[in-house]
Amino acid sequence: MSTDSIGKPSDRLILPKYERDDASHPALDTPEYFSTSLRSPLRPLQLLPQNLTEITGPVLGHERVGETDHDLTVQHEGEPLGERIVVSGRVMDSDGKPVPHTLVEIWQANASGRYRHAGDRHPAPLDPNFSGTGRCMTDENGNYRFVTIKPGAYPWRNHDNAWRPAHIHFSLFGRAFTQRLVTQMYFPGDPLFYQDPIFQSVRDPKARERMICEFDLDSTLPEWALSYHFDIVLRGSQATPFEEDEDDDDD
Amino acid sequence: MTTERSVEVTHVSQPATTPSQTVGPFFALPGGLPWPDGPELLPPEAPDAVMLRGRLSDGAGEPIPDGLIEIWQADERGGFAHPDDPREQSTDFPGFGRCATGPDGEFWFRTVKPAALPTPAGETEAPHINVTVLARGLLDRVVTRIYFPDEPAANAADPVLSGVDPARRDTLVATATVDGFRFDIRLQGDDETIFFAV
Ligand SMILES: [Fe+3]
Repeated sequence: MSTDSIGKPSDRLILPKYERDDASHPALDTPEYFSTSLRSPLRPLQLLPQNLTEITGPVLGHERVGETDHDLTVQHEGEPLGERIVVSGRVMDSDGKPVPHTLVEIWQANASGRYRHAGDRHPAPLDPNFSGTGRCMTDENGNYRFVTIKPGAYPWRNHDNAWRPAHIHFSLFGRAFTQRLVTQMYFPGDPLFYQDPIFQSVRDPKARERMICEFDLDSTLPEWALSYHFDIVLRGSQATPFEEDEDDDDD
Repeated sequence: MTTERSVEVTHVSQPATTPSQTVGPFFALPGGLPWPDGPELLPPEAPDAVMLRGRLSDGAGEPIPDGLIEIWQADERGGFAHPDDPREQSTDFPGFGRCATGPDGEFWFRTVKPAALPTPAGETEAPHINVTVLARGLLDRVVTRIYFPDEPAANAADPVLSGVDPARRDTLVATATVDGFRFDIRLQGDDETIFFAV
């Protein structure tokens, strides 16, 4: 038995298992989105068992989040131009359990549809008072909240007169490597959905709807900002053996 | 007795996750996803530190300058700083690194070579690092694993590595360099890296 590695060989490991949901996700090979042509792997993916490296993941904490990171309208001397909005919701898993204390990162274009990025060639104005990046942690119930500006649509040359619907990019870790998710949040009723191959890369219409936030009049800030609700669902692990051990010893 | 939950379940239906979308070309805007300390899992003076370098390239063999590479791994004793690891252990090692690719498609991490790990089936996984690749043109992340060239016996017994096409197995094994290891990632082509569904 090795003395410098952890755990005795005789210990039996019992690990959670994260359910796949392939039907909800886009195919890597989506020819209408031209950048996939040289970048999407062509060989079939190999199934990776869910062992220790897969069922654990980075526990990123408050050290990654600054005081104004959740409010993209107060990160500069002046206020950014555009329509102020609150974007809030709950991060949960597909079993309905909230995902507490997990890092949520966002980035977006400004109200004119321009990113503060050297590679963005859209000739729309930059806003000196808007960076377009935000971070926050979910609370103990999985809730997160950002204050920002509604992003503008922008052209992107994928096809003739191609425009991206307004969107906010989201990055989530969950609690396991298997749960890592990068997605985009869209706004209800956007007239650009039908011609956007990235939005349409999700083939199931019900799954597409899960990328669209809901307008929520009740949580607007009166005389100040409109509000949108966006729940994010990561893969579920069913009940883990550890929770059962804690709550129910005789079964 | 059922598990008590302090929060009501809002959706009772099929597993229905939020779909993945591409990270796009602009995640590296100032204050965005790349962190200044992202590639450094260890300080330069750490005794076991190794440099892990690589290049991300596309199906034409061209470097990908707008990719994001993330790694997740155990420490040199096989430890994870994570509550779901049931083994008795603790570690200060962060295990997570994040690096945007440069104009030449290159990425790097300063990390440690991890130890082998036990599996629930009673097997042993050879030392490995899990990798997530995100880029414009990838509608979902792709996942691969880095194995080490100085572990031929452990690699031969690894349940994952021994299960893949022998002709492509080398795409998962790093090469040795003066100060660590090199692991190139080819998204497409004759020497396409093996990618995994997790
Ligand atoms: Fe975008």
